[in-house]
Parts: sequence; structure tokens; C-alpha cells
Amino acid sequence: MKYLPLLWSNLARHKTRLVCTLLSVVFAFLLFGMLMAIRQAFTLGANFAGANRLLTMSAVSLTVALPISYGDRIASVKGVERVDPQNWVGGYYQETRNTVYALAVRSADFFTIYPEYQLPATEQHAWLADKRGAIVGAALAKQYGWKLGQQIPLRSNIWRNKDGTNVWDVTVDGIYTSDQKGGDSQLFMHYQYLDDARSFANNTVSWFVLQIANPDQAGEVAQSVDALFANSPSETRTSTEKAFVANFAAQYGDIGAIVTAVVAVVLFTMLLVTVNTMAQSVRERTGELAVLKALGFGNLRLTGLVLAESLAITLVGGIIGLVLSYVVIGGIPGALLQFLPGLYLPAHAAALAVGLMLLLGVLAAVLPVSRAVRLQVITALRSAG
Amino acid sequence: MNALKQLLVVSLMNFRNLRRRMDSSLVAVAGFAGVVLVVVAILSIRAGFHATLATTGSPDVAIVLRGGAGSEVNSVLGGNQSFTIGQAPGVAQDQSGAIVSPELLVQISLKKRASGLQSSVSFRGVTADAFKVHAKVHIVSGRMFKPGLNEVIVGAEAAHLFQGVQLGDTLHTGRYHWQVVGIFDDGGGLHNSEIWTSLPVLQGAYQRGNSVSSMYAKLTSAAVFPAFKESLEHNPQLNVSVQRESDYFAGQAQGMSLFIGIVGAIIAVLMGGGAVFGAVNTMYTAVAARTQEIAMLRALGFGRMPVLASVLIEALVLGLVGGVCGGVLAYLLFNGFQATTFNSLTIIAFRFAVTPQLLGWGLAYALVMGLLGGLLPAVRAVRLPIAASLRQS
Repeated sequence: MKYLPLLWSNLARHKTRLVCTLLSVVFAFLLFGMLMAIRQAFTLGANFAGANRLLTMSAVSLTVALPISYGDRIASVKGVERVDPQNWVGGYYQETRNTVYALAVRSADFFTIYPEYQLPATEQHAWLADKRGAIVGAALAKQYGWKLGQQIPLRSNIWRNKDGTNVWDVTVDGIYTSDQKGGDSQLFMHYQYLDDARSFANNTVSWFVLQIANPDQAGEVAQSVDALFANSPSETRTSTEKAFVANFAAQYGDIGAIVTAVVAVVLFTMLLVTVNTMAQSVRERTGELAVLKALGFGNLRLTGLVLAESLAITLVGGIIGLVLSYVVIGGIPGALLQFLPGLYLPAHAAALAVGLMLLLGVLAAVLPVSRAVRLQVITALRSAG
Repeated sequence: MNALKQLLVVSLMNFRNLRRRMDSSLVAVAGFAGVVLVVVAILSIRAGFHATLATTGSPDVAIVLRGGAGSEVNSVLGGNQSFTIGQAPGVAQDQSGAIVSPELLVQISLKKRASGLQSSVSFRGVTADAFKVHAKVHIVSGRMFKPGLNEVIVGAEAAHLFQGVQLGDTLHTGRYHWQVVGIFDDGGGLHNSEIWTSLPVLQGAYQRGNSVSSMYAKLTSAAVFPAFKESLEHNPQLNVSVQRESDYFAGQAQGMSLFIGIVGAIIAVLMGGGAVFGAVNTMYTAVAARTQEIAMLRALGFGRMPVLASVLIEALVLGLVGGVCGGVLAYLLFNGFQATTFNSLTIIAFRFAVTPQLLGWGLAYALVMGLLGGLLPAVRAVRLPIAASLRQS
């Protein structure tokens, strides 16, 4: 603690330089936070897919429907506890670009299969009792200003009902939240409503969600399910929800690799800036360092001083940047979020950022420290004379 | 004239002793280069994706989809509607009648060669008219499929990307086997990511009866499109939406375009900000190192402007060098880089395009960053008190 004034006076020696370096680091970590949030959004929630859920879909393609009769046969497979037939709605609100991630599900078992969704019991009952009811995620409701009890003319870019329109009126019976961040941007309606009223493809589903008893047996259960339908007109492919979401997300492109590459270039540049600052600052203080050495400061304490100075810059700048990114991401208007629901700064990214700040601080101190340690007191004092 | 001469003298002096300030200057250059590299690379993704879609769409071809369907994937039309569409005003004719191409699109799952991951690929059923509408499509190796047989031709990018679709391979999907008899190229467009076969065979294999996804009509000219659209969209027997092919594909790219634009802007501003502050540091150091020199020049009668300009010019040169390095790196590393993305449930292969225009923007941005970085230090340089600076030792 007694070195704090010394540390401060060293840092404040060149205020402009200190501010410039700090701002460089602030910008770098502000960018880092935003990129990590984008990367997170592109995992499409693969991180919180349930370990005890499997997905059975057509082996040909996700767009090929399966007969609903498969549901009962899947349910009879050993290890399968519940089966939920789900149908992709292709929903949008008012205009085609306002995509609504809407699914038609069999509601009776829904909350058992998806324990992460939370909804008051009264709203659950209201939804189960209302054939044309829907529950919407809190983020989605906020985005379009939907209120409980409101009727929404949801449109589908796939399904027409029997009166020839693509409008599916649903009532908001419940607004759910999710204990997983970013998991509250979907709309769920009743499968029976969609299937009874649609003009084609009746008695089919997009996929089945299976709840299994033991996540360790996922592989065996998946194989038994697919074996049931081998060589039938509609062969199936079953995978864990996590594997499916990860594979689906990967098709958008390797966002992870792109973000990593950009972050690497950003941090490398910032490393150069910080190294430069530290090198300059130590070079200018050659005389002072020599005096400290003459006063009996050991190499360890000198190293500590330079390192502390460097770390102070990267940590203070980095944390300001990270906090700013958190504020900015939180302030993004809902209209923009529809492109990327689930945009948030995950905790592991924040931890990674702090790790990188420490690394950056240490790396930036290496060169100046080695210079300070090798300093010959006599020569330095004489030349500083 | 005198001021110009002074400027020349001061600038030359600056550059001669640049070597002494090399490491600090290199930091500024690396900062600018990093920004230009990243921003140009990100925007080249958009340029490449645009180029692929622009190659595919032609203004004198109209695409007819079911009303309300946003894309071919969601659209279903009766095959018999091709007659009505062929009768609409403005459709081009040849010896076999109106040029209308009914096409069925289904999605199949294929494994990527590189990663082994499953991808959703478009499998398109076409008739002979398709090759009149999509005139750029031509066979590059092997031969055309024979109508009525389970034979396919594969787009050049698809053959490159996926397992089991090279010339001579047999493609297994569902219960059917398809012989790959040819590889085709459409001049770098969207169809290169697809697999094509004969329409009736695909309709049979996927139990689609006579229905198709879309109809493409070749028009006599781009100008007749409004009349063509009007007549079909107001036909009470049809429920269709009609778009120019070029607009349709441009629309498909919109979301991605906007997204990359936003991300590119965020990176340009934030990373650029970081680099500018790094450069401000460098230039302050440069000015500080030359305090005495500058004071001496001023004492000798050199004006403020030449001194100010000389600092700015040095900063601009750093920006220029950084911009060129970043642009060249971006070109060498990313131009032609093959990537895929996902649009309307199908995979689209495209190549990053580092265009001259992008390089120009990158360079201009580097110069702006250089200028911003040099501004404050330049002002400090001319404000240095002459007498006090000369006395400094």
C-alpha cells in the first residue's frame, strides 16, 4: 500500500499519454464485449439445450415432415419418457421481416419437458384451456408491445388455413420467462389448432422432441428410435438437442472463428500500444529507477512497480470497456434485436476478458522490466546526471 | 512559395530522423493496418455474398411464388399454372412456346467434406426451359442428366463442399439413389451450391404430385416486368407474388447485408478509436522528441503552418503505410476465401471479395485515422514556447 503514491505519480507523469493508452484499452475491451455477445447469439442457445432432450426429424431434411403417427411408436421405445410433436410455423408479425420464432407444440407435457420456462399456474391453465391460445416469451412480448389477453394476427409464410388466408389469430394467454438468458424470445401455440385448420400437410409434424430418462443413454435411445423407421418411406435422424442446435448454428458460418480472429488482431494491436507506452515511460525514468536501485530497491520490487503500473492501465481500461459494452448491449432497442435474439454478454466471456487484461498487462511489462533489471546504477546515474 | 519551401524542409527533416523513432511509429502503423485489415475483411464477406446473388439474378427474368411466401423454400404452386403464366404479357417465346421454367426445390442433408457436419442443401428439379432462363448455367465436366432417370448434375461449389457428390459418385438420400453425371457452373452464382435433376423424377421421389415451388419466366425485356406482374397478381384464379429475379435475390441478401454492415461499422469505429489513441501517443512522442528542433526552426523564422503541417504529414504517412499494409494483407489473406452461409434453410457458398472499392475505402479510413491522430500533437508543436524549449537540455 505504501507504494501507491509512487505508482500514481509514475502513472500521472504524462497525463495525455496515460489517457490515450487507457482509451485504447477501453475501446479494445468495449469491442471485445460486443463481439463476444454476437458470438453468443450465434450459438442459438446451444449452451442451454436440455441434456435429457432428443430431437427426431426426417433423415432427408429438416423441411421434410414426419407423420404424427410416429409419435406413439417413439414413445414406446425404452428410455423415452415423453414425446412432444412440434411444428414449425414460419411466423411473422405484420411484415415478413418481423420474424416470430413460433412453434406449434402439444401443450399437455410442455412444461414437464421444458422445466426452464416459467409461467404462473393461472396462465398455464388459461393456455391449456384455450384452443387458440399462445404463450410468448417476455423478450418477444416486449419487442412488439404484446399484452396479456391480446389477440395477435400471427402470419405464417408456410401454412394457410382452410379459409385461404395465412393469418393465424392467437390470444396471448401467458408471458413466460426463462431461467436461461436469451431463452425468452419464442411463441408457442397449440399443435392441434394448427393441424385442424391448415389446408395441407395435415397429420404431420416438423420434428418430435423426446424427453429421455437418462441422458447417458442418449446414444442408444437415438439408435433404437431411428432403427424403428429404417427402410420406411420417412427415415428419421435422432440427435441430442444440443448437437442439433450446434449443427444448425454452424451452418450460418463459422462465426466463432471469425470473432476469434478479429479479437486476436484487436488485442495484438492494443498490446503494441501498451508495450509502447510502458517502454517509453520506463525509458524516460532511467535516472529515477537508478536512484531507486541505489536506495536499495531490489529487482523484485522494481519488477513489481513496473508490473503494477502496466496492470493498472490494462485492468482499469479493460474493466471500463467491459462495463461499457454491457451497458451498450443492454441498451440495444428491441427492433434491432429481432435479428439476433439472445444477444448478451455471457459470464464466461467476462471472465475471459479479465484473464486477457492480466495477460496483456504482464506482456506489456516484460520488455520494460527486463530493461529496469539490467540497469547499471552507476552508468544510469551518470548519464542522467 | 516560401511557406511551401519551409514545409518541404521541415518534412524532409522529420523523415530523416524517423528512424530514431521507428518503434513508436511502427506501433501506429500496425494499429492502422490492423483496423484496415479487419474492416476490409469483414466487408469483403458482404461484397462476396452480394456478388454471388447479383450474378444469379437477372432483371429480365421474373420469379413467381405463392402469395405471402417469402422464399422458394416456403412456396408451393400447381404445375398447371405454368400455362397461365406463359400467357401473361411480356413472356419471351421460342420455337417450343413461352419460356417458363417450373422448378421444385427440396432440401436434402449432406455432410461437409471439411468438417463432416450435416448441411441443408437445395435439390432442384428442372425442365429444359430452366437452361433458357438461367442462361449462365453450363456443364463443365461430365454430361447433362437424362430426363426421367435418377441422374443429377452438381454445382461446382457444392461438389467442392460436400461428400459423395463428385462426378461418378452415387448420392443416397431417403430411399433413392442418384447418379452424379455432370458438374455445372453458373458463373459464380447461387445455383453453384445446388444439385439439379429432372423435375418429374424429383416430384415422384418426394411425392409432390404435379406441384412445384416456383416458376421463372423469361421476359422479352426488363421493361415489360410491371405489366407482367400486374396481370398475374390481379388474376383472381392465381394467388401469387411476382418479383424480378434480381430484386428477389437482393432481398434474400438484405438481412445478412445489414448485419455485416452494422458489425463492420462497430468494429471500424471502436477499433479505429483504439488505433487513433495509439497514434496520438506516437505523435506526441514524436513532437516531444523534437521539441528543441522545432523551437530552433521557429527561432530561425519558420512559420507556424509549416511546422503544423509537417506533423500532420508525418501522421498521414503513417496512416498511408498502415492502410496499404492492411489492405494488401486483407487481399492476400481473404480474397477468394470460400465460405458458406445459411439463407432460407439452404446453404449458399460464396467467396470473399476484396474489391478495389473496399481497398479504397480502407485506405481513406486509414488516412482519416492518421489525420485524427496527428491533429492534437500538431497543435501542441506550434504552441511550444520557443524560448523555454530552446533552454531545455
